[in-house]
Amino acid sequence: MQGVLPEVFIVGAAECDLGVTNKSILELQGQAVTRALADAGLSTRDVDGIATNGISRFSATQLADYLGIVPSFTDSSFAGGSSFEIYVARAVEALRSGQCTTVVISFASNQRSAKSRSLGGVIEHHTPEAQFETPFGPLFPLSYYAMAAQRYLHEVPHGRAALSEVAISAREWALLNPAAFRYGTKSLTPADIEGADLISSPLTTADCCLVTDGGGAIVLTTKVVDKKRAVKVIGYGEATTNTSMTSVDDLMVTGAVESGKRAFAMAGITPQDIDVVEVYDSFTITVLLTLEALGFAPRGGAAELMLSGKTRPGGSFPLNTSGGGLSYCHPGQYGILLLIEAVRQLRGECGERQVPHAKRALAHGTGGIFSTHATVILEKAS
Amino acid sequence: MTFPYLPIEDAISAPYWEGTRAEELRLQKCVACSKFQHYPRALCSHCGHTNLEWQKVSGQGIIDSWTEVMRAPQEGFEAPYIIARVRLAEGPIMLSRIDVSSSEVSCDQPVVLKWQHLSDGRALPLFVPVGG
Repeated sequence: MQGVLPEVFIVGAAECDLGVTNKSILELQGQAVTRALADAGLSTRDVDGIATNGISRFSATQLADYLGIVPSFTDSSFAGGSSFEIYVARAVEALRSGQCTTVVISFASNQRSAKSRSLGGVIEHHTPEAQFETPFGPLFPLSYYAMAAQRYLHEVPHGRAALSEVAISAREWALLNPAAFRYGTKSLTPADIEGADLISSPLTTADCCLVTDGGGAIVLTTKVVDKKRAVKVIGYGEATTNTSMTSVDDLMVTGAVESGKRAFAMAGITPQDIDVVEVYDSFTITVLLTLEALGFAPRGGAAELMLSGKTRPGGSFPLNTSGGGLSYCHPGQYGILLLIEAVRQLRGECGERQVPHAKRALAHGTGGIFSTHATVILEKAS
Repeated sequence: MTFPYLPIEDAISAPYWEGTRAEELRLQKCVACSKFQHYPRALCSHCGHTNLEWQKVSGQGIIDSWTEVMRAPQEGFEAPYIIARVRLAEGPIMLSRIDVSSSEVSCDQPVVLKWQHLSDGRALPLFVPVGG
């Protein structure tokens, strides 16, 4: 980034309660925000920027009221799971322009406790998708990811084994993360994934992320008190591609190609310079296509990367080190948790799952049906 | 197969649904750039022009990808069934069902249109393998 612009840092990061909480969305939001601010050594009195969604129609407004603050910057853009990576871009711009000084990006869901998730998704009867897709009965979003996976298996040898390895590798990391939903369980085998119930072929229930409560928050500012714990935002990029299941021509190429290119160009680095990779894993196929789109592997090459075993703990390509949406936590929109794990890895706070000497991390959010893509690149401040 | 969801049409899409009553698959074609599009819109998604005409298309296509849905998304659907992205000969991709068992379906397979009538007289375009 240009030297004339102030640098923006993430100075606080925290999860709210995860798993099955039996708490309200706003109680969980309150936990996320106050914990992240405490982590930053700040209080709600310091906050003048809020970005969140998933609370109500007026999400950021709702949260500001709940926190008792009057922000000069808010954003409640709804782009699914990638919203929080998108908010980082908006927050950096608002902080640089002087619109505000301290931004909290937060999310919380109680979807598991509240049993608010359905297989068919939310049908909005006035949309083209309701008219031209819903009548055929796709699961939403699952069937779209399933069609992407089917195409992947058609084009790539050992594709099924690679999908399974995404879930297996995530579980290995989760077994090292006490906060993970699957912590204290056991390692997975390919038979565990492929032998689970088919739900939308070729994907089984074990190819799908968890449905849990949870969330978290991060705090961004230009003023750094503790440089040792601060993490600098060095690049971001986004791309929005589709809402329809039929708008994208090639299921193997996602908007992460463009979002990744933009983020790497801004940071002035290449995929080889990244030490820790946190990518959205709503489904196992999401990871394969995202790694390829971001340039970590060529088209079809993520299969080989996964099957090399390098993504597991101790490997040379640490991937989804929290255990991911597959084995750690997936509260409907997982993007905030990608950022929190990236920050913690760069701070060196990850205990048994810590990646040694992690200097740069990438967090990539994917929303909807491979609809919205946002990449954030972070660097240790000192 | 059951099709419990009756789509709500609008002024833009009415000619499409009118066509289905006569078992005619109609797509919008841009008068400016000559490209087809699906779903129907008030403008061309290729070039932005607003002069569009409706044209009957061949009903030929290939399966871009497919999935067998094993659980019903909502009440009234009876799983399992196969949905697919069908790449029409005229260019656009449409979502549909393939009316065969999963062992007979694969990506890049040629398919042809067949009609499934809805309770209100309109119809949904389904596809079956060519020669199947």
